[in-house]
Amino acid sequence: MTAPAQTRIKFTELSARERAAALLDHGTFRELIGPFERLESPHLEPQGVVPACDDGVVVARGDLDGERAIVLAVEGLFQGGGIGEVSGAKIAGALELAIRDAERGHPIRPVLLLETGGIRLQEANLGLLALAEIHAAIVALRRHVPVVGVVAGLVGCFGGMAIAAGLCSHLVMTREGRLGLNGPQVIEQEAGVAELDSDDRRLIWGTIGGEQRVATGMADVLVEDDVAAVAEAVRAAFAAGPPAERRSAQVGRYEARLAEIDTSEPLDGPALRALWGDGEEDR
Amino acid sequence: METLNFDYPASQPISWRAHVGVVGSGDLEVLLEPSLDEQAHVTVRTSADGFGEVWQAVLDRFFARNDLAAAIEINDAGATPGTVALRLAQAVEESRS
Repeated sequence: MTAPAQTRIKFTELSARERAAALLDHGTFRELIGPFERLESPHLEPQGVVPACDDGVVVARGDLDGERAIVLAVEGLFQGGGIGEVSGAKIAGALELAIRDAERGHPIRPVLLLETGGIRLQEANLGLLALAEIHAAIVALRRHVPVVGVVAGLVGCFGGMAIAAGLCSHLVMTREGRLGLNGPQVIEQEAGVAELDSDDRRLIWGTIGGEQRVATGMADVLVEDDVAAVAEAVRAAFAAGPPAERRSAQVGRYEARLAEIDTSEPLDGPALRALWGDGEEDR
Repeated sequence: METLNFDYPASQPISWRAHVGVVGSGDLEVLLEPSLDEQAHVTVRTSADGFGEVWQAVLDRFFARNDLAAAIEINDAGATPGTVALRLAQAVEESRS
């Protein structure tokens, strides 16, 4: 049963800091490298871009169901959640510390709140490097403890950070969330509006939206855009433990899926769902 | 992008700090901390160039009402004067909560 509308709080209306605090057990939120540390990007101001004092990533310690947890929340409103040298290092560094904790027998529950267009273009190569570190850290960490990702919206999760989402043990999405390697505007810019109209909301969400991604097995759980629902899904993911077979290990399965597609015919969201959807899980 | 600095005389020392807002389109973040001398200092980094007089007016009004020896840092992504005033008020309000 869903809660009455007036008691629901939309997860997507919260800032990254508020999301992290809302997710953790009540009163346990504690920020590491917070705003007053002023760990901002050194690359933005010289390029005429106003920096943020946390470089758009919140590192929060606290508890989830009484277990130690770390939440890494990307602020989608700052530079589209783009990952730069500093924000990337905050995520990678926190994950690497979590690996060390896990190796010493003190696992900590890692959660990634992904609202990001991927690499921050002003810091291109440094962003790429950071993403490689993040990917490697997720792969190393998920051997010890499930890594749970959330793509709630409204920015969505794109570029190299979509790969990070794909590496997560469990991925939670809302209908508002979008997940894809290239964002629709990039595709329209590069391939033309005839290929993809990025203003066609129905088409975009029907292709890369949370509902479609969960239906085609590219994400695990679809939840309402509601703080309590997201918090419950994250806790349930940790309670479920690691998946039987990680998505990124199922190379043969995804190659077979791609081989099923007839590229001589246009393919839309419903057709892909018919091809890959629901019943596919047991194959 | 433009960086602006403002100083105001202030007599009330403060012992708290506050951070509010996000550097997102039409919004700003405010970091408010104790000042190291008996003055208020404000540093504004804004994406919108040429609004020095408007910042001056908004800050004049804020310090006319709040005699705080504060060091304030503002990172602005094109907020309106009204939003700036509200974020400043929110930063002061945070300290009382």
